[in-house]
Amino acid sequence: MRLKIERRKNDPTKLSIFLMSVLSVLISLAILGLIILSLGKNPINAYVQLTSWPFGTVAGLTQTLISMMPLLFTSLGVLIAFKMKLWNIGAEGQFYMGAFAATWGALFLFKGISSPWLMLPLLAAFAAGFGGAWGAAAGWMKAKLGVNEILSTLMLNYIAIYWVNYLVYGPWKGKGSYNFPITATFPKAAILPQYTSDGLNLGIFLAIATSFFVFYLLKRTKFGFHMDIVGDNPIAAKYSGINVKKMTIAVLAISGAISGLGGMMQMSGVLFRLQPNFSPGYGYTAIIVAWLARLNPFVAIAVAFLFGGLLVGTQQIQLFLQIPFSLVSVFEGLVLFSLISGEALLRYKISFKGVRT
Amino acid sequence: MSENVLELSNIVKRFPGILANDHVNLTLKKGEVHALLGENGAGKSTLMNIIYGIYKADEGEIYVNGQRANITSPHKAIEYGIGMIQQHFSLVPSFSVAENVALGLKEFHLFPRIDVIKKRLRELSKKFGLDVKPESRIWQLSAGEQQRVEILKLLYMNSQIMILDEPTAILTPQEAEGLFKTIKEMVKYGASVIFISHKLKEVLEISDRITVMRHGKVVDTLLREEADEKILARKMVGRDVVLRVEKSPPKTGDLKLSVKNLYSRSDKGPFAINGLSLEVRKGEILGIAGVAGNGQRELAESIYGLRDYTGEIEIDGTMLKPLDVHSRINHGVAYVPQDRKGVALCGNLPLYYNLFLKIFTSKQGDFNPYLFNPISLKKPAEALVKEYDVATSSLDLSVKYLSGGNMQKIVLARELTLNPELIIAVHPTRGLDVGAMESVYKILIKARENGAAVLLIAGDLEEIFTLSDRVAVLYEGRIVGYSEPDEEHLEEIGLMMAGIKKERVG
Repeated sequence: MRLKIERRKNDPTKLSIFLMSVLSVLISLAILGLIILSLGKNPINAYVQLTSWPFGTVAGLTQTLISMMPLLFTSLGVLIAFKMKLWNIGAEGQFYMGAFAATWGALFLFKGISSPWLMLPLLAAFAAGFGGAWGAAAGWMKAKLGVNEILSTLMLNYIAIYWVNYLVYGPWKGKGSYNFPITATFPKAAILPQYTSDGLNLGIFLAIATSFFVFYLLKRTKFGFHMDIVGDNPIAAKYSGINVKKMTIAVLAISGAISGLGGMMQMSGVLFRLQPNFSPGYGYTAIIVAWLARLNPFVAIAVAFLFGGLLVGTQQIQLFLQIPFSLVSVFEGLVLFSLISGEALLRYKISFKGVRT
Repeated sequence: MSENVLELSNIVKRFPGILANDHVNLTLKKGEVHALLGENGAGKSTLMNIIYGIYKADEGEIYVNGQRANITSPHKAIEYGIGMIQQHFSLVPSFSVAENVALGLKEFHLFPRIDVIKKRLRELSKKFGLDVKPESRIWQLSAGEQQRVEILKLLYMNSQIMILDEPTAILTPQEAEGLFKTIKEMVKYGASVIFISHKLKEVLEISDRITVMRHGKVVDTLLREEADEKILARKMVGRDVVLRVEKSPPKTGDLKLSVKNLYSRSDKGPFAINGLSLEVRKGEILGIAGVAGNGQRELAESIYGLRDYTGEIEIDGTMLKPLDVHSRINHGVAYVPQDRKGVALCGNLPLYYNLFLKIFTSKQGDFNPYLFNPISLKKPAEALVKEYDVATSSLDLSVKYLSGGNMQKIVLARELTLNPELIIAVHPTRGLDVGAMESVYKILIKARENGAAVLLIAGDLEEIFTLSDRVAVLYEGRIVGYSEPDEEHLEEIGLMMAGIKKERVG
């Protein structure tokens, strides 16, 4: 037997891409079921638990929307970079830097400001600036020194995460925290408007508004047009008089700024104080969300909603069925894996050939 | 009657939307050179790829030496004694000639007997007039020498049926002569050759029989004695083509481009342009003749700002900075690069995007950068597609699906709507069929008549003669001489292209 891989003659159609994405999720759910089965639990039961609360109850839906918010911000961030074939896997670090900047502003720098109308935009800009700088750093290294952005953004994640850890274990440890590694609570002016007692806040609407902004940027501006050109063929972009280096830095800066903004929203909208490991890997899940959404900022809203629900649902099955929470990561890995294999199968045909003797 | 070593019977190959080969019959006799002539997209390469086992025919049979052959891979083809030299060589640059031959052998040895191979290679080189040292590294060799290595590989493997896909495209006239001698020698020893080309002259020179293909079908197979250039051209395109384009005498104006003492490095590091100087005036076409690899690409890229250089490049008397494409575009410089797919187009983007890649970096259009919907480009794109006669099913089609000729029309349409004052065109008709070639010629001449300065860098002397008002010869990164664009000077230019000084010619 011999494996033969041939490129398909046609590009995949939109329908086949959609079906492939759905199929990837279904296959991943099936494999997840097998894993749950191997843990000695009933997978059907788990599926019901996984979906019924987060999507079927008001309280659950609220939690889904809350956990969807940081996911949507970070996936919009990576989506922009991916659009220009810049593989920014540093959304997690950019998210952390945004949260760090928001905390710095809320607790220290702008402590005296009592008006939320002034405080919140300031924090947002500050967080976007730090997240953007984190992205731009990778962009600058790529443009000027030729450093691969996959490596640099990944490494920058660790710097951001451990920087935050250092602060909350050390100088920023809150006075009333009974020695827990958490900062003091944000002042009132630094907290986003809350709509329900269980935490629904302005952040989710700002996240959706950001989707519209990203759409506008990608599809209705010169910048987005040039991004298409650079993303498809950087040489042709240079040939067309486009400054590819500047675009690389700018795109990674915007990408990081949006994730950084997400970090601020998570602080001011949900957590109100910085603590270690406050993200269950939003910045990584964002990669899968962006990919499943085919880099479409509107589809990203729906996918982020599903994955937000998944996060909430997994907490449920952990609680009621004693299934470990890390199954989320397993599931995410499975989805990404099936998506990438599906992608390959859409573009290539694999056939087995018996060798004649 | 000599026997048929290869016989194709009713070969059909379909690609989505195209019938690439439509019941093709072809026979190759022992010891003959059989030319396969046709425009681009006529189905020549598809047919050869079927013989060589890269594609599988949908219908039809192949017979080798009278036996039905099932060629499923190049490996199989080699077992049947079929060898092919493709346009892009398959050689490992850092390996020596002998090592490359060892790699291609049927039985791969972990420790090949390089000394044995070298000895046999020397014998073969001598016998067939293929001057290459077995010890040389591939990267040190010119394109012509690399081609000789490919031929040696086939000879070493004892290929009886050799397919050469446009072998002369990369050669000087002198090198081409050498190749023809080798081919004649190989045929004498019993090999049979299929020679793909769209150059009528050389086909008439080298082949015993000529098969003309058009739109996937065999139009006719003629003996050389029955054919002349006119007959072949008509059969190729289905109409008489006048490639002598009408051209009025030049109305030369002010100095447009001045290059002084230019030095520029190739991607590999050494200088490819060595102190070159030239001038182009408004309303003239300066043809740069030269064998590929003598600095053509580096010269064009330096002038256009894609490659770093030292020296002076002035446009309209303004000194330009290296690596600043934007200022070139502002000065009305258009560039038609040799590698249109790699440099001038975005393959995965729709056709109508590609017509307007420079829309925000030039004065091409008046679009609001903060409220710009690419869909609004469709209307002007439609007009351009019509004006330049681009054959496409839709404006949304990714350009990578277009034929080479249509891609080139897209590039020209975009560059020329900017009303350029200086056009740098490198091999603008390479890979194009006669019809597309003619329209490219007309476009360039029209631009010149509108007062544009044109720097035409091409390998094909016919093309240079047809278009240019003056001819400069580029050799090893310098202009070694100027000449009139006249057939009379063909010999002289050929020698200059080969680096032999003008003075010695007399």
